[in-house]
Amino acid sequence: MSLTLLRSEDRKPAPSVSKAAVIPLAVPHRPLSARLLPVLRGAATTGVPPLVTLVLILLVWQMLTAQPGATLPSPTQIWAESRDLIVAPFFDYGSQDIGLGWRVLVSLQRVGVGFGLAAVAGVLIGTLIGQSLWAMRGLDPVFQVLRTVPPLAWLPLSLAAFRDSHPSAIFVIFITSIWPVIINTAVGIRNIPQDYRNVAAVLRLNSLEFFWRIMIPSAAPYIFTGLRIGIGLSWLAIVAAEMLTGGVGIGFFIWDAWNSSRLPDIVVALLYIGVVGFLLDRLVALAGRIATRGTASA
Amino acid sequence: MKRSYLKLDHIDKAFPRAGGATEVLRDVDLAIEKGEFVSIIGHSGCGKSTLLNIVAGLTPATRGAVLLEDREVNSPGPDRAVVFQNHSLLPWLTAYENVRLAVDKVFSGVKSKAERHDWTMRNLDLVQMGHARDKRPAEISGGMKQRVGIARALAMEPKVLLLDEPFGALDALTRAHLQDQVMQIHAGLANTVIMITHDVDEAVLLSDRIVMMTNGPAAHVGEVLEVPLARPRRRIEVATDPTYLRCREAVLRFLYERHRYVEAA
Repeated sequence: MSLTLLRSEDRKPAPSVSKAAVIPLAVPHRPLSARLLPVLRGAATTGVPPLVTLVLILLVWQMLTAQPGATLPSPTQIWAESRDLIVAPFFDYGSQDIGLGWRVLVSLQRVGVGFGLAAVAGVLIGTLIGQSLWAMRGLDPVFQVLRTVPPLAWLPLSLAAFRDSHPSAIFVIFITSIWPVIINTAVGIRNIPQDYRNVAAVLRLNSLEFFWRIMIPSAAPYIFTGLRIGIGLSWLAIVAAEMLTGGVGIGFFIWDAWNSSRLPDIVVALLYIGVVGFLLDRLVALAGRIATRGTASA
Repeated sequence: MKRSYLKLDHIDKAFPRAGGATEVLRDVDLAIEKGEFVSIIGHSGCGKSTLLNIVAGLTPATRGAVLLEDREVNSPGPDRAVVFQNHSLLPWLTAYENVRLAVDKVFSGVKSKAERHDWTMRNLDLVQMGHARDKRPAEISGGMKQRVGIARALAMEPKVLLLDEPFGALDALTRAHLQDQVMQIHAGLANTVIMITHDVDEAVLLSDRIVMMTNGPAAHVGEVLEVPLARPRRRIEVATDPTYLRCREAVLRFLYERHRYVEAA
């Protein structure tokens, strides 16, 4: 608020310095609207097109599903039947009757553990492959085959190995998201300029110092590309894995809703998943931008 | 026989290639005294950068050895600090951090934290970059980057300072300014310096001796020229000095008459 006032003051035909402290209360009206207009226009140009698209989609959807005999719920029906899920993400009425926000948090926690492990292991293995020609020759073909295996195909094996659904789901996240991290890290390490290696050699950095001071910062843009792909894949995998393993997550909620024919709830859950996936992607991208500042424009 | 501070002892270098080897250097023999400023000049592709890398320990010699104070050196180390042609600052560190990394590495256990900070700042101030200590390389000009690179090398207190065409990528005015600064630093600290260059004026102005390399393949030391100009040398006064002109002519004759650059056949 004070900032707005200060600015509007600037535009006034230069009041004397001593008076400036008195005037502000009188000023706000006209300059404020003049200031707001460009902001509103900016909001309109970015906000209106998606809004129009959304309204159109809802309209078409409503028209298609409003006729009798429609197999899918219409938007109005969803609002009528699942309003509590939409407006209150964090209610808690007992073991399986909780808000979708809680379920998303449970899923996010699994993704956090699985993806966290994958990020650490992926960067380490990727570094090994990027550094050593023999490690690359030995491991790369194996990885190229394994990374094409769909996430859910790992589930039976991991259930057999862990004999519990919770670690199995985490393992599926891990194994799904580790490949892009490994591959991108390896490329980043292989692309470290010879100059930096020379600097490290002249300074006699030991391998640990070389890893932290040269490799990780130099490969950071590549690593974050891998992490961003990885977090997207994790989110895809967790929903699928939870549908099969049960528990409290958002994936199981969908399966449960399907089994009890609550189609409107499924649609709401899909929206939650989409929004959270979008936010996760943006979060990693932001972390990458902060971590790699300076490096990109070398 | 008098022992030299730094000795390049009959160095050969060949790079293996499909169906044989490319001989780059043949029997390069050179003795450099402490505090001496030696330039190595030659046409591009004559292997002068390879020679510098061998002295730095970044490239192994095929035959022969580099002796520093009578001890063989064959791996890189801070006693032979390199100022690279393209500055090679780490872009994710600030100017201060780039120098500090070297200081921390070389003087850990010798200097206290406060002393290392002071030493870092002293070297940045020496190249007049103290004011830009918190800038990253992307935010400063090419000449400033090169100055930070020089500060980083000096901060290691090297026995030999190796300059690999340090001013090659700079504009003429910045280059002249930095040359003057290097002369000042050399006068103040009396470092032993080997500089690679392909600029005749730069070589004559800065050096005590100029080593002229023949064209490759199998390049060797063609001629060594003493530059008996008194120091401190001033760019403008020296430009009309008969000794300067004679030296300049000698280098030019070597490069453009006897060992003219032949387009790669």
